[in-house]
Amino acid sequence: MLRLFKDAHYDFIGIRRWAYGFSALLIIPGLLWLLATGLNYSVEFTGGTFIQLTTKTPIGTGAIRTALINGGVTGADVQTFGSETEYAIRARLSAELAGTEAGTEETVAAVQRALDAGLGTGTYTIVRREAVGPKVGRELQEKALIAILFSFVVTLIYLAFRFEWRFGLAAIIATGHDILATIAFIRYLNLEVSLVVVAAVLTIVGYSLNDTIVIFDRVRENLRKYRRQNLYEILNLSINETLPRTVLTGGTTILTALTLAFIAGEVIRPFSLVMTFGIVVGTFSSIFVASPVLMLIERRWPGQDARGVRALGTRAPASQLAPTTPTSSPSPRTPQPAR
Amino acid sequence: MDKRIRTRLWMIAGLVAASVAALVPRNTTQRIIDPATGQLRDTTVRRVPINLGLDLRGGIHLALEVDQTKGPVPDCADAIQRAEKVVRTRINEFGTTEPVVQIEGKCRLIVELPGEKDPARAKGVIQRSAFLEFRITDMKGVFKDALPAIDAVLRKAGIKARGDATPSAVAQLFGGDTSKAARDSAADANAPGVLSSLLNQGPTVVPGEYLVPEEQWALVDSLVQRPDVKTLIPRGIELRWGAQTGAYGARMYRPIYAVDSRPIITGTELVKAAANRDPGTNQSIVTFQLSRRGARIFSQETARHIGDYMAIILDGRVQGQPPVIRSQIGAHGQIELGSKPLHEASDLALVLRAGALPAPLTIVDERSISATMGEDSINAGVLAGIVAVGLTLLIMLVYYRLSGALAVAALALYVIFSLGGLALFGFTLTLPGLAGFALSIGMAVDANVLIFERIREELALGKSVRLAVDEGFKHAMSAIIDSNITTALTAFILYLVGTGPVQGFAITLMIGIFASMLSAVFVTRTFFLIWLQRRPDMTTVSI
Repeated sequence: MLRLFKDAHYDFIGIRRWAYGFSALLIIPGLLWLLATGLNYSVEFTGGTFIQLTTKTPIGTGAIRTALINGGVTGADVQTFGSETEYAIRARLSAELAGTEAGTEETVAAVQRALDAGLGTGTYTIVRREAVGPKVGRELQEKALIAILFSFVVTLIYLAFRFEWRFGLAAIIATGHDILATIAFIRYLNLEVSLVVVAAVLTIVGYSLNDTIVIFDRVRENLRKYRRQNLYEILNLSINETLPRTVLTGGTTILTALTLAFIAGEVIRPFSLVMTFGIVVGTFSSIFVASPVLMLIERRWPGQDARGVRALGTRAPASQLAPTTPTSSPSPRTPQPAR
Repeated sequence: MDKRIRTRLWMIAGLVAASVAALVPRNTTQRIIDPATGQLRDTTVRRVPINLGLDLRGGIHLALEVDQTKGPVPDCADAIQRAEKVVRTRINEFGTTEPVVQIEGKCRLIVELPGEKDPARAKGVIQRSAFLEFRITDMKGVFKDALPAIDAVLRKAGIKARGDATPSAVAQLFGGDTSKAARDSAADANAPGVLSSLLNQGPTVVPGEYLVPEEQWALVDSLVQRPDVKTLIPRGIELRWGAQTGAYGARMYRPIYAVDSRPIITGTELVKAAANRDPGTNQSIVTFQLSRRGARIFSQETARHIGDYMAIILDGRVQGQPPVIRSQIGAHGQIELGSKPLHEASDLALVLRAGALPAPLTIVDERSISATMGEDSINAGVLAGIVAVGLTLLIMLVYYRLSGALAVAALALYVIFSLGGLALFGFTLTLPGLAGFALSIGMAVDANVLIFERIREELALGKSVRLAVDEGFKHAMSAIIDSNITTALTAFILYLVGTGPVQGFAITLMIGIFASMLSAVFVTRTFFLIWLQRRPDMTTVSI
């Protein structure tokens, strides 16, 4: 039978510092870039107009841009949208109009007038248009933030109830890491942040938690089973034991997300790309962030049997897994059950 | 077969049957505007009963707020309630199926018009300020007297009377097959009147009120709009539809009223209106106050019309049943609703206020999506879903062999369960929802993977096949439940906080999680039980 990672015993926790470095390298430049330039928000968030149109012939973005500028619409962003006969026009609200709701409708009307004059009526069809007032945009931003924070609180409560708060905190820190990494990813690819992309980020929250919990579930079980192992070993053991599942489920989900990205069309592509990245980073963080962080939390706020303290006090060299406590069993792969 | 297995199989069969039953295409009536005549008509369409969001079927989404640029509106909640009333009254003008008019939060109105293509027209109809008028109903019954002549004209035009017209009668009406109908008309000379047979008298007799069965509403409307019929409607009389339908017996009826063409007063003269309960009689009442000019006109008119019925018409629709004028009314009047509940009085007061104070609405969010684009999105989404499912199945089959095949069968049930759930609970499928659905298929195998890996581990420890399978399911359960509940919690929060498309996504995700747990834990387990029972001596398992 086909079996991936049979009897794997990689020292994942031992290379955590490399993983921290990798995360920092991924996240920090992205966030700095973000602070400098901000994200590319869709008109849903900024307020403004989005018009998607199809033309009979591939006229090119230049012609549309010229038509808009001649019609007095400056600062509009014109891009092809999937093919050479589909275009997206984004006109964010101009500064003097941004404060008023009426400005939104004026922008739509101005864009249409300019297109009719410059391209001629009938040469293009508007297939989708969105016009969002600045107030709605602000509300959406607030709602997205509330959704993420609220989901953290609820998860923390649930995990505190099902596991204990140390696990919950570690899972949330890992998920926070994933959100930051995803935001950095969005910045690197300059993807447009729309409502749907926010939904993708929130799904990543769900997936990342899901993945972390599968490992933590095994940790919880192994902690009960192997009383003599320290946390370092238990974590490594649990990650290795669940590795086939991690790879298989991650694999099928990534394949699905990639399929969506390549087949399901332009509208859903940013969503699919963000999802794909999120699944990869969510899987990564379950192993390299959530588990080491759980160990750090144990050291800072030791649990009842103080196994966290012992875990770090007796840290094994990265290459060798044999615990150094004299009483413990020789290998984490063939441990002795406590009773 | 083991009794336990049989019970499980019955349960699975029941769930599949319920899901499939929810998905069977059924007839739905759609009221659309006929492009040729510009009139409303009913058509019957057979479709799978899954609601599609605006992004998949095309249409217009509008969010409106009270315009505060020309000075603050003190009570925006009241203003938006009036606006809702007005928009609801007008919604039939669009001829869309399943329009949505709802108040979001406190001061925002959401209007969704599936299939509507022209945003400018939609905005025009919605933002037009409301028009309220009071008119005396046809007290002398002159419209009734004119009915035989109208029937005769319609018969001559080749339209046959139908005691119980079906929607196809409407189709025939517009089908243009008039030559055949004309030939038949001679034979129908003694048949009941075309129009008069559709107009019924209500249980409480209000002069000028006629009840039309709801399913023949579109037919009657098109009949009375005919130019040859219009010329026969007596001078000084106009027909106005009621805004609400009512049930009499088992059928739904919509009233149509013959009213004076001249209003006795319009809403511009109305100052205030409020719903109350009469402390003496404990009846629901609506009190209203008119301007000084309005009071002068109204007292003259009501003095002439004591004992007559007065229709309250908002945007051309009669609101509620016309009350009777008992005495001369000046600046302050009251409408008695008898034993009707107070909320009906509030509704009527809302109607009066809607006509009195036109609060301009401003559009804060507008989306329109063409139907072709929605169709493209569905096709691309479905194709992606099929490819994703195919890839997932391939991986499961290659990696887990025969057990993988069981998981694949469970996955097929998963797809049926989740689509059935969408249809059964009437949730709306949006484009992100479609993506969420495809994605949840990738995640749906997770529970199976967890179980199978666990069984492999148990086998590696040297346990017997039967024990390994039992333990595998048992030990994988806590991970499955905890991980799925956290994902479901996140999805639930998305649903609570999100709007429109995001909510659609959250719903499909939640249904997907539930269906995947059901299929992986319950269905796969049943398959394994059957498998192990068929082959009790099995020493190796294809996993």
